[in-house]
Amino acid sequence: MQRRDILQLTLALGAGVIVRPAYATSSEMQAAIRSYADGAPVKVGKVLLDVSPLVENGNAVPITVSVQSPMTAAEHVSGIAVFNDRNPQRDVVRFTLGPRAGRAQVSARIRLATSQQLVAVARLNDGSYWSHAVDVLVTLAACLE
Amino acid sequence: MARTLITVPSTAKRGEVIELRTLIAHVMETGFRPDANGQTKPRDLITRFSCRYNDEVVFSAELFPAVSANPYIAFTTVATESGTLSFSWEGDNGFAQTETVAITVT
Repeated sequence: MQRRDILQLTLALGAGVIVRPAYATSSEMQAAIRSYADGAPVKVGKVLLDVSPLVENGNAVPITVSVQSPMTAAEHVSGIAVFNDRNPQRDVVRFTLGPRAGRAQVSARIRLATSQQLVAVARLNDGSYWSHAVDVLVTLAACLE
Repeated sequence: MARTLITVPSTAKRGEVIELRTLIAHVMETGFRPDANGQTKPRDLITRFSCRYNDEVVFSAELFPAVSANPYIAFTTVATESGTLSFSWEGDNGFAQTETVAITVT
């Protein structure tokens, strides 16, 4: 093996490490999302989970989930759920809404036990599911004191 | 009776999307935390929230331990007619509270 091969291999390995997401979605969270979606495929898009990427206090973290939807009787969001990766329990909150909401946007305050990934999943009335994942860094953890 | 803070516009135009903001004083004890003696504190959570507009449910939520203490929920609805908005919280240890707010739709 030549020196250039070794160098290339090292670079390739290094790149492989770097491109991996900071917090991979755990199988436990995937199972929770699957059970919410009832086995239907969950696509990425349409949903926006708005949360500060750097959280100072994990005891009350404001989150806002909005979904692109006209919110008419024919086409609306019927549910929004938020999941986490590293709290003691995967579920955070589940909202049920309908065309009378007018706008598919909900806000709440949640607890985060540590730096982790949050996923918002929206259920549309046509039976499709859409999601958005966000990695957050938490400096003061909740739940553990 | 827990204290609540509910923000609803007192008047709205018909068809207008109004924002409803609710907050209720509650410890939301997760059932995962130890107390000073090392015993796990018993769970005390609000598990359900719902909003009725003239007795029709327009929004509901299922809350888990990861919701912060004094749960704050903000959502929207379409102002359809004058009447009352009632907000209900239900939880562990028989916790149940309902607050109503009047709204005038022009």
